[in-house]
Amino acid sequence: MKLTVSSAPHITSKDTTASIMRDVCIAMLPALAAACVFFGLNSLLLTAVSVAACVGFEYLYEKMLKKPITIGDWSAVVTGMLIAFNCPPSLPLWVVVVGAFFAIVIVKQLFGGIGFNFANPAIVARIILGLGYTGLMTTWTFPDATATATPLAMYRAGTTPNYMDMFIGRTGGVLGEVSALALLIGFAYLLFKKVITPTIPVTYVATVAVMALVLGVDPVVYVLGGGLLLGAIFMATDYTTSPYTMKGQILFGIGLGVITVLIRRFGSMTEGVSYAILLMNLVVPYINKFGRQRPLGAPEKAKKEAK
Amino acid sequence: MAKNNKLELVTKGLIKENPVLRLVLGTCPTLATSTMAINGLGMGVAATFVLVCSNIAISALRKIIPDKVRIPAYITVIAGFVTIVQMIVKAFLPALDTALGVFLPLIVVNCIILGRAEAFASKNTVVDSALDGLGMGLGFTLTLTLMGSIREFLGSGSIFGFAIPGMDKFALSVMTSAPGGFLIFGVLMAAAVKLELANPSKLGDGSGCAGGCMGCPYACGKEPEGGNA
Repeated sequence: MKLTVSSAPHITSKDTTASIMRDVCIAMLPALAAACVFFGLNSLLLTAVSVAACVGFEYLYEKMLKKPITIGDWSAVVTGMLIAFNCPPSLPLWVVVVGAFFAIVIVKQLFGGIGFNFANPAIVARIILGLGYTGLMTTWTFPDATATATPLAMYRAGTTPNYMDMFIGRTGGVLGEVSALALLIGFAYLLFKKVITPTIPVTYVATVAVMALVLGVDPVVYVLGGGLLLGAIFMATDYTTSPYTMKGQILFGIGLGVITVLIRRFGSMTEGVSYAILLMNLVVPYINKFGRQRPLGAPEKAKKEAK
Repeated sequence: MAKNNKLELVTKGLIKENPVLRLVLGTCPTLATSTMAINGLGMGVAATFVLVCSNIAISALRKIIPDKVRIPAYITVIAGFVTIVQMIVKAFLPALDTALGVFLPLIVVNCIILGRAEAFASKNTVVDSALDGLGMGLGFTLTLTLMGSIREFLGSGSIFGFAIPGMDKFALSVMTSAPGGFLIFGVLMAAAVKLELANPSKLGDGSGCAGGCMGCPYACGKEPEGGNA
């Protein structure tokens, strides 16, 4: 019998970056389909341009700096889809290309590429576009001709939107956020494939609901309206920019929920998901430090004694 | 300083020891006044004037100024020159005065000027100090003008006030506000390091190091002469 001696790790899995990212893309397909149904095929075009721009910028940057080409890992595709998902359907195509540039070149590649970005590239792209092209980024398309405002804006103005419309997606908004149902299908797929754990999305959404109840606003509108589900399922769970441990993830989710509700309730903007995610992305290193687990058998106060 | 280093004294301020991008001094006026190319240029020229004059004066007085009160003495000298600049700008360039606002008198506490006084002028001859001030000032002016041009181009679709045809549609207004300033600042800092790393043979001996280890890619372990202000 032949015995091989090798160093750890001894257990390997078939998961690769590419397979995980591909699963995320698959999980986003229901939402994309919903966007096509409610906003027309323009949604598909916008997504295609965004994905192509992200992959293109990643390729060009890596080619120019003579780095290994990583477009095969699907991560740029995920970023591209998420940028398009964060844009209103009527957006001119060149705007998503600008967003793709910021996401891929500035946020991702300048900081060292996949695994080194300090914040979710798609979130930063959305925020930059939202600040820079505010008019274009808030020009909504409505599947229902009588509607005039997104659910959160409507609620702020004093009318409660129809719950079922919000759940199915018959409301105005950015591409990816309209249909809660489609997003939940994607969530189920990600859980089934064990790509993400439910910790962050569940604590995030639960915190928003509880905070809404405490502050006396409609928790259903706050959960189904706006980009909460999109952000909670697909953007807050990004591996690079979320905490490692469960303890950290719970803290992360609570932080996200608190900031989101505070912005929505007391801020001048109707939506706060993107800023909440960006802010919490920035404190992830500290959360990781706090959430570090004690190794089994290690003394109770090992940290203090070691110092 | 050896004689053949005279030119080096001026040129080092451009990239190698660029006060803003490599020594990370004077960040506050940099971010605040680089919203437009012309403001950046104006601020740069004003600061350069003060920098050269104060470096000369402080270098000439370096043996007279008592060590214990040197910082107040430096500030007094710098404040004198800033007052001159402010009066000139107010009298002849009122538009620039309005655009720069409080940042013009705040040149008094600009870290670059105090930093060079403390790190260089207080230890070197008058001529060397003048050249150092000129180099640092040129680096500051160049960086501010470049940053101002980029931010003005991306944010307002113009450069030095001249509208670039077709750019106004794409203008990303966030570039002229604080977040865009930090963004361009970071990208330029990365570019300056990249430029320096592309030519490593000229660097790394630690001579002429004036602090700024934070932004320095060489772990020389040498104590900075002046420290980061």
